[in-house]
Amino acid sequence: MDAIGVLMTCPMFAYLEQELEKRFKLYRFWDFPSQRQFFKSHSGSIRAVVGNTKLGADSALIDALPRLEIVASYSVGLDKIDLGKYEEKGIRVTNTPEVLTDDVADIAIALMLGVLRKFCGCDAFVRGGKWKGGDFGFTTKFSGKSIGIVGLGRIGSAIAKRAEAFNCPISYYSRSEKPHVHYKYYPNPVALARHCRILVVACALTEETRHIIGREVMDALGPEGVLINVGRGAHVDEPALISALLEGRLGGAGLDVFENEPEVAEELLRMDNVVLLPHVGSDTVETCEAMADLVVANLEAHFTGKPLLTPVV
Amino acid sequence: MASHPQKDGAPPPFGRRPPRPPCVLLLRHPLQFSLFNRPLPDNFHFLKPWESPLPLDDFLSSDNACSAEAILTSGKVPVTADMLRRLPEVRLVVTTSAGLNHIDLAECRRRGIAIANAGGAYSEDVADLAVGLLIDVLRKVSASDRYVRRGLWSSEGEFALGSKLGGKRVGIVGLGSIGLKVAKRLEAFGCAISYQSRKKKPHASYAFYSNVYELAANCDALVICCCLNEQTHHMINREVLLALGKDGVIVNIGRGSIIDEKEMVQLLVQGELGGAGLDVFENEPKVPEELLALDNVVLSPHTAAFTPESFSDLCDLVIGNLEAFFSNKPLLSPVLDE
Repeated sequence: MDAIGVLMTCPMFAYLEQELEKRFKLYRFWDFPSQRQFFKSHSGSIRAVVGNTKLGADSALIDALPRLEIVASYSVGLDKIDLGKYEEKGIRVTNTPEVLTDDVADIAIALMLGVLRKFCGCDAFVRGGKWKGGDFGFTTKFSGKSIGIVGLGRIGSAIAKRAEAFNCPISYYSRSEKPHVHYKYYPNPVALARHCRILVVACALTEETRHIIGREVMDALGPEGVLINVGRGAHVDEPALISALLEGRLGGAGLDVFENEPEVAEELLRMDNVVLLPHVGSDTVETCEAMADLVVANLEAHFTGKPLLTPVV
Repeated sequence: MASHPQKDGAPPPFGRRPPRPPCVLLLRHPLQFSLFNRPLPDNFHFLKPWESPLPLDDFLSSDNACSAEAILTSGKVPVTADMLRRLPEVRLVVTTSAGLNHIDLAECRRRGIAIANAGGAYSEDVADLAVGLLIDVLRKVSASDRYVRRGLWSSEGEFALGSKLGGKRVGIVGLGSIGLKVAKRLEAFGCAISYQSRKKKPHASYAFYSNVYELAANCDALVICCCLNEQTHHMINREVLLALGKDGVIVNIGRGSIIDEKEMVQLLVQGELGGAGLDVFENEPKVPEELLALDNVVLSPHTAAFTPESFSDLCDLVIGNLEAFFSNKPLLSPVLDE
């Protein structure tokens, strides 16, 4: 199999590169100064692409690789992949569901605790020597706060399970009501926002869910409300979020994703009622290794004629 | 109850005098009441030593003080044997703290003085903080937030990887009200819980260790939820921390002196201990300088119980305890001898 050409779109994880190199002929896209030159010399050798949410395998790439058979995404999100086109061309696509569910759910709770109990602010207070001058002041209790989940998939359900251990009542919005689920369902995000204190976005990014959290939802969430986003930056109308926070129409926000990563709006950087993370939802050694193993296993399965482990297309 | 003065102005006959409100010595105006401008209950007579020109010692010896039947204190003002000896009428000590290390328990026991503390009023908030500190250390939450705010995400690229919480073996030191809540929360994250306590708890299904060294040797993280007393002082010493190991994480929401702070700091600096989430310190508000430079520690200024919800519950509890005691009803949050 080591003659099979696999193109990696951008640096992702050293362990993944090592494992791919052991089994395939690995081409690192970023090592080639000229993309045109790369395609001219090597496009005929590439039978697989490993992409992620930063740099997926878009239409242009598909067109440039005539022997492409499979795209294994080192992510669960598929918003950078033109699924329709792949299906059309008979190219297989895999992602890394489940292995990162726990980590993302953990970060969602961490963001909730962080915004309400002001961990970052407290830590900065101590590091800045301010404790000697007096107590930090109040933070807001987390246990028992009502939580609304937008998207009750694997990640949304995992968030709900954790929040229940803190006695938080759970409600949700989803494209359709889920049978066998004992949480309260709301038919739209505004209604959900009106009835919860903390709103968390945990759905996939699609055409329908782009900017699903706009001004109306934020106003419904209110001056004591907190928005948590562990989905995609594009789920939230970011300028509307910034005004809502600046004007006090929204109480706080915990964000792991942004519309224009890694750029984060100046105004957010100055706020003390927000927690800002650099898209670390699944960034643990354990999960990255598990995701890498899944990418490699899917590629191996494909090239030995076995069923894919986690196919999307 | 109004009195009924005789027509000639003489005091009312015995038996019809209004009952004197119980006298309570207030060692410090409780923060929980003052922060909310909540008045102290008016069916008690509160002695306020800080309003007297006398130093506390002299005040305690004065006629005023010796009629005190109860003492209301916070965690910061000690109730010593000497103080208790000067107040022969005291039958109850109420503290607004969960901790009891500032009260001479032996003297109270000897005198048959009942004690009421904060009970479970803070338990949820403190448990939430413990869980938050553990996740923060493992997933580098505060460190990542700092990274973003300094503009390093765009200039330096991705931040370092954290460590997954699920599957971690977490040892809880002290499985009381707070420890149990910490356990319940962490189970939902997929942590394997074990604990150390003076005695095995019959109702708890978690693995029990009778000593902290064994617990540490078998865990990836320790969460300190016990109270501070003679036995637990510096219980988490160098050996225990070394047993926890290079990747081990310690979280402390109990009292600073349960951990040998100097040893812990040294091990963190040397990389012999993986990380720490600390809400309490041996010498608050002083925090060892070395900790301020470390990215694998998360520091909190003893705020675990500082939420309006906890404080409001605490006010209700203090009033409830005083009223129960002086109506000969059981205390709401008695500290029981074990």
